[in-house]
Amino acid sequence: MFKKSSLFLTLVLLFASPAGLAATTLVAVAANFSKPMKEIAAEFEKATGHIATLSFGSSGKFVSQLENGAPFDLLLSADEVGPIKLERDGFAVAGSRYTYALGKLVLWSAIPGYVDDQGKVLITGGFKHLALADPKLAPYGAAGLEVLKGLNVQDALQPLLVQGENIAQTYQFISTGNAELGFVALSQVYENGKIATGSGWIIPAERHAPIKQSAVLMIHGAENPAAVALLTYLKSAPALAIIKKYGYGQ
Amino acid sequence: MLSSVDFDTLVLTFKVAGIATLIMLLLGTPLAWWLARTHSSWKGMVNAVVALPLVLPPTVLGFYLLVLMGPSGVIGKFTSWLGLGTLPFTFSGLIIASVLYSLPFVVQPLQTAFAMIGAQPLEAAATLRASPLDSFFSVVVPLAKPGFLTAAILGFTHTIGEFGVVLMVGGNIPDKTRVVSVQIYNHVEALEYSEAHVLAGCLLLFSFSVLLILYSLQKSPALAQPPK
Repeated sequence: MFKKSSLFLTLVLLFASPAGLAATTLVAVAANFSKPMKEIAAEFEKATGHIATLSFGSSGKFVSQLENGAPFDLLLSADEVGPIKLERDGFAVAGSRYTYALGKLVLWSAIPGYVDDQGKVLITGGFKHLALADPKLAPYGAAGLEVLKGLNVQDALQPLLVQGENIAQTYQFISTGNAELGFVALSQVYENGKIATGSGWIIPAERHAPIKQSAVLMIHGAENPAAVALLTYLKSAPALAIIKKYGYGQ
Repeated sequence: MLSSVDFDTLVLTFKVAGIATLIMLLLGTPLAWWLARTHSSWKGMVNAVVALPLVLPPTVLGFYLLVLMGPSGVIGKFTSWLGLGTLPFTFSGLIIASVLYSLPFVVQPLQTAFAMIGAQPLEAAATLRASPLDSFFSVVVPLAKPGFLTAAILGFTHTIGEFGVVLMVGGNIPDKTRVVSVQIYNHVEALEYSEAHVLAGCLLLFSFSVLLILYSLQKSPALAQPPK
């Protein structure tokens, strides 16, 4: 009798946590969104009792992994290509894809005063290396290339381009001074509503196709209440405020 | 099949590996010789430094090189002072990084080969009035031939397989720093699996063939041990 009741108690404790139905979800997050997502996950846990375990990496790699059975419930990609592909190929829940943030691009230099707020430095030149994330792999790289084309300087600057494999590496090239300037995500250099160090030109949105950072619910997470709740929470006012604070548009 | 861009990355990769291997043999031979014969208290220290790339994650090594060779780094300031500019994103920078990264694969087989020869053949050569340089080239080099072969092949193949270091200091510039391992990675990241398969297949076939030749040669008794 005693044994039975203690087993029952254990089961109750296991399954009935304070928030009622607290669950854990495993989320794949594009590296550029790591800072805001950590903050959102903390708020999400406070608000719902659910726990979001985050894994950061490149969107392309996550897509390959998800196609091969990686156990993520949600993907927060840096673009919309991967989510569209996952949805089309039946790995993600149809209709769950949406744009959670619009990426903002910045032409940035670690040197104060180097980049003017019109980007004229791209025309006057005088630098040896312009860093850019590989346009084929990274939406921020593709957007940067579009800006160069729009200014008619692409051919002139082509020999000076150095490509990072992703924007984190591109940021490294610039922050170590090996490239005088380059295109990175505003979120990488943004703090308290302004560019924290060096100098930069926040590229007007009309100069490149929108960088639609899209999220999608995986079939794996369709039945997970925490995953579904997180997807809803990402659209809530507190989450949107955090996303904006880190230099993303909506 | 292989696109011309992918073919160019293969050519560049072999060029980098070839030049780096030559430099590693030139630097590694005296270094391994010294390490094999010295009783200096610096031996442990030098051995440890040479072996570091074996255990450090390549991206760590690459990041250090990026910082050191950059405009505010020690090496970067020196090369700028020489009028050479900074080394990241250049072919020379890639060679230097490759040499540092693969050096233990050249030094260690040579060191073992030199140590196995021992002092006797050299003493014999000295009694025949051979100069140290003469006895090195006419006694040590022939005796250490298997060591040189192993060193060259391991240095070459390891440089071909390098990825993390190039990724950090290369900058993915066609015909200058875009080597085959980076190109394969980019194909996979861009979800171009068929292109990745072809290039990866070439690399796999090449590396396997070379290692097979190396280990088959090592099995033959003439090369396995230096003659007594």
